Amino acid sequence: MNTESLGTIFLNAVLVNNFVLAYFLGICPFLGVSGKIETASKMGSAVTFVMLISSMCAYGIHAFLVAIDAPYLQLISYIVVIASTVQLVEMFIKKMSPALFRSLGIFLPLITTNCAILGVALFQTNKGYGFLESVIYALGAGVGFTLALLLISGLREKLNFAEVPNVSKGTALTLFLAGILSLCFMGFAGLGA
Amino acid sequence: MSKDNTSSKQEPSNTDEFIKGIWRDNPVFVQVLGMCPVLAVSNTAENALAMGLATAFVLLMSNILVSLLRNFIPKQVRIASYILIIATFVTVTDYAIQAISVELYKSLGAFISLIVVNCLILSRAEAFASKNTVGKSMLDALGMGLGFTFALFCLGAVRELLGNGSIFQFAIFPANFQNWIVMILPAGGFFTLAAWLLIINLIQTRKIKS
Repeated sequence: MNTESLGTIFLNAVLVNNFVLAYFLGICPFLGVSGKIETASKMGSAVTFVMLISSMCAYGIHAFLVAIDAPYLQLISYIVVIASTVQLVEMFIKKMSPALFRSLGIFLPLITTNCAILGVALFQTNKGYGFLESVIYALGAGVGFTLALLLISGLREKLNFAEVPNVSKGTALTLFLAGILSLCFMGFAGLGA
Repeated sequence: MSKDNTSSKQEPSNTDEFIKGIWRDNPVFVQVLGMCPVLAVSNTAENALAMGLATAFVLLMSNILVSLLRNFIPKQVRIASYILIIATFVTVTDYAIQAISVELYKSLGAFISLIVVNCLILSRAEAFASKNTVGKSMLDALGMGLGFTFALFCLGAVRELLGNGSIFQFAIFPANFQNWIVMILPAGGFFTLAAWLLIINLIQTRKIKS
């Protein structure tokens, strides 16, 4: 096991090893739904929720798979759990808030293929986290993801009013922004150590 | 964007299915799919090439199987079935790489498992393999896989060259070259990809003008 405290785990996942800016996980929604702050924050909370649920399930599944000695089923069972959680969230949002459902659009089912979620499940297994540690880790990763999404969408909203060369419009510009943000987050290195 | 070009033409030829993935519909540079592994493991040319080939293999196998099963899978559960098919092949790849080279396995880390959630593979299964014959799906997968590998290599080579002064660990620059450490760090990945996109955009706009 490891000796990290819960606070360190959380801080590490949010700032130092931010999932988007340091591990490059969840780049697709990061580029796709980061146009408006409002959508970005809702997307962030949906992803955080799915992360929490799937991380708890992943902990249980891992224990079970170790018990029956079938580690090769790990990946398949993780992805099934994530897919069904996303389905659940989708039905929930559709029922509670049709407007939000429409604004998230195709990116809601695509949470399934958000690498950040599978990443959390895999990393927590690799690092040998216990149940509580896994939950905190997933929460931190979710908050970190939301933070990165909010930052970039704020920047992009401002940039809509700026004049940029035609060639650099769109993805290229967003990637440059992400690079600069990533440089900023490097300043946090060593914070959790 | 450029997907419309394909559909407007009648019956694209077999070579066309193959070629389109490499340049015109390049998964990374044009469609911007499967970004996570592109940025994460492209810090050296070797890693980039290995990752590209592993993804191409999974893409090929899953496209073949999806295309074979396209008349048996019910519409409602198709995405789930595709993901299961992909996950199976990724597990195979994961264990294969572990057997071939432990060193490589360590440097790619969890990103081999994360091929499962590469949007490129799922999007090819959904957009192409589920509607076309096995032969065409194979060509499509080969083209897309090669295009993906090519793009990864472009990134990896630039990052290794500037960040380490070498390509495939052969020193290119003289020993007193000051390495650009930032290129190996995460930020460098974003910058390199952005630069490549700019170059491609520039070429495309030139083409349209002339």
